[in-house]
Amino acid sequence: MRLTRRHAMAIGASAVVVAGLPIRALAAGDDDITAFTGGADVGEGGITLTAPEIAENGNTVPIEVSAEGASEILVLATGNPVPAVATFKFGPLAASQAASTRIRLAKTQDVVAVAKMADGSFVKASASVKVTIGGCGG
Amino acid sequence: MAKGVKPRVKVPKTAAAGDSITIKTLISHKMESGQRKDKEGNLIPRSIINRFTCDFNGENVIDVTLEPAISTNPFFEFEAKVPESGDFAFTWYDDDGSVYETSKSITVE
Repeated sequence: MRLTRRHAMAIGASAVVVAGLPIRALAAGDDDITAFTGGADVGEGGITLTAPEIAENGNTVPIEVSAEGASEILVLATGNPVPAVATFKFGPLAASQAASTRIRLAKTQDVVAVAKMADGSFVKASASVKVTIGGCGG
Repeated sequence: MAKGVKPRVKVPKTAAAGDSITIKTLISHKMESGQRKDKEGNLIPRSIINRFTCDFNGENVIDVTLEPAISTNPFFEFEAKVPESGDFAFTWYDDDGSVYETSKSITVE
């Protein structure tokens, strides 16, 4: 087959599509983080996210988040069809800025927690969880 | 209203003033994620609890926004301060508009 200009255009277009895919996959969780932080810088430390290393059943994965002095904590599962998992807002009577719950994970992925501190800064932590059986049906 | 919704809450009956106590809550709810398909291949519509709050004597302890990624029978564990005797009010908000409520009283000794 001779490489005509038309073919070259088609190859070029598909290369752009392929290159664009991983970028979009990464942006899935980032959009939610940006919406939460309003574009502010996100630091490290001061927040702990506890999740199992291997989850046999993705339908119910126990996680725990804790960030002393946080007013809000956002939890994201970056590999889920919908990355948002939950947002915890702590009131004046919360004894500790910590909570545990059970979440669904579709596949092996990173779980990310972002905390908004009382002074308005943001910190995040992430944990990688291997999922044996995904939890989104389908 | 979703069928068979039953809230369960575990709160100690007594505490010392200013103590922090651990509260565990669970509500039976299928939390249909909106991602699953039935036998014919049609999407099963989303039906979840989207918000949970806990208040003590009118003051907020925790306010959680739930997304479809929360497991069936949503479970939460957290800690609360108890300045005086009173009632914990727990409220769950369903996608279909239903509100499930329960309360527990605690005595400060």
